Amino acid sequence: MPEQKVVAPEFMFTEAAREEQFITGSEAVREAVRRANVDMAVSYPITPQSESMHLVGDIYAEGYVKDYYRGENEFAVMCSVAGAAMGGVRVFTATGGPGTMRALEMFPTWVGARLPIVCAFFTRGINSPLTIQPDTIEMAHLLDTGMIMLHAEDAQDLYDMILKAFIIAEQTEVHIPVGVFADGFFVTHTRDKVRVAPADIKLPPYKPYSAPVPVMDMENVPFRQMRDPFVMKSNYVSYAAHASWQQEVLAAAERARPFIRQYLGGLVEVENEQADILVLAGGTAVCQSREAIAMAREEGIEAGLIKIKSLRPFPGEELRALTAKAKAVIVPEFNRVGWLSRELRNVVQNPDRVVPGPRVFGGMTMPPDLILAEIRRYARE
Amino acid sequence: MTNNNKTRRITLTQFNGGMILTKYHVLAGPEGYLPPAAACQGIRLPEVGWALIEGRHVPEQEALSAIVDKLLSAKRPFFFPGPNLLWEWKDGVAEKASALRKLADTAGARVIPMPDYRPKYPMINPAIEINPNHPNLTIWHNKIDVCVFAGVHCHYANVALKIIRGGTDCYTIAICGEAGHEDANITLRNAGIPQIEALTAMVAERRRLC
Repeated sequence: MPEQKVVAPEFMFTEAAREEQFITGSEAVREAVRRANVDMAVSYPITPQSESMHLVGDIYAEGYVKDYYRGENEFAVMCSVAGAAMGGVRVFTATGGPGTMRALEMFPTWVGARLPIVCAFFTRGINSPLTIQPDTIEMAHLLDTGMIMLHAEDAQDLYDMILKAFIIAEQTEVHIPVGVFADGFFVTHTRDKVRVAPADIKLPPYKPYSAPVPVMDMENVPFRQMRDPFVMKSNYVSYAAHASWQQEVLAAAERARPFIRQYLGGLVEVENEQADILVLAGGTAVCQSREAIAMAREEGIEAGLIKIKSLRPFPGEELRALTAKAKAVIVPEFNRVGWLSRELRNVVQNPDRVVPGPRVFGGMTMPPDLILAEIRRYARE
Repeated sequence: MTNNNKTRRITLTQFNGGMILTKYHVLAGPEGYLPPAAACQGIRLPEVGWALIEGRHVPEQEALSAIVDKLLSAKRPFFFPGPNLLWEWKDGVAEKASALRKLADTAGARVIPMPDYRPKYPMINPAIEINPNHPNLTIWHNKIDVCVFAGVHCHYANVALKIIRGGTDCYTIAICGEAGHEDANITLRNAGIPQIEALTAMVAERRRLC
């Protein structure tokens, strides 16, 4: 392992010379964690359904991560990283699909305890019959846990978002977990060109003493309040305290907006936003949408693209402005419920303009032709 | 608790070229049953060198002056120093705590320390204790009309400030060493000994002139 020099995040993200590597999404995770100055990673190696956490184990063996072990199951992993974060160290883990669901209780717990954990979610189907194929339905279950949710389109996004997630999560006024989501298999198992910073630099260490809650011991909150929770006191004062607590974690996500703009360049990215037909997508649906828009252009049909990078906080103001003049907003999704179109309908004027689909799920790919068909349909209207 | 008309709290949401404009005033309460987090009403934390007065971004000096006004016009001002000031956990804390004590004394304010956030059993003694989960009890009991938070971890300060705004008419001031608090009526950010000493000097000068 080379000696790593601590550099400012801005240097790491924008100024450091980058080397192009042809790697999988899982390997991009490894390269991000290598440079993230992670103190501890805990792994349940099955449910990321990729080799990502195995590869984090490899760099632990090389000395890049200070501590690493395998948890008994996904719930145990999420509890373990919570304990580590409460103790004041920087932690990373990953999961996906049924693992996400099994550990679900811990995600709002992380948020309520103001833990700046970074967790990668490699999304896959969750319902019976068992599938290990990609599907973004688990994200619907996480939208209201309170955590920040970033959605990577490809391996480059995944690398960049994981590194930046630590810096966003650890801001004193934010200090809540960040989930970095990528579509399992499509991103984790395919190779792509990823530009990475030199391996001999790393992010500054986490500063736990600027946290908005004390570093935990057995007698301090939040641990003490887990032993003596509000629910044990049946009175208005306890209810109001819990309500204020919940509001504060919502406020923390709001405070993340300027940092997401600073480090990710915005909560959304747009192309050709003047077009009166727009396609709004996240994750690998963005790539397919981009392809469909190029095909439409060859037919003389103009369509624009909105790539959503941050789901929580949700870019409501940005989407209201961007869609103000559109006659149709097509929302292709890799899940059966269409949670992204629901989110969009909640914030735009004239929600009838939101086209909830096309949708594929259960591991199906989304041919660009499906999206192109919708573009053509609204171009004719 | 009922909404207090004198607070004139305004929440306007309108479309203007697709952008939402929200105007929310972080005024003393009682605001109501469950007041919102100011951050979720569009109030943003101040930049370095700036502060917030009732949700408005102002230069730090203007906020210092407003804090002095509030302290000197209060009938029962109280300071609530938190663990970051009460425990000598790093260099400079004792000096900052001493500076805050001098400010409280100069302003004629009483001090109720908040050395930790543990629940108080069997119940809080609101005459001498405060806990961030029910600060209203201490404020009601002592009839506190202006309070100053300093050295309270940001999460607990925000939890407490909302509860105070919801159920009491106490005017809240945060002397924050980090990024500040939208839920306080006045907040400083990155406040250290220079800001505290400046406040003490301004209070002393105003008292001398009176």
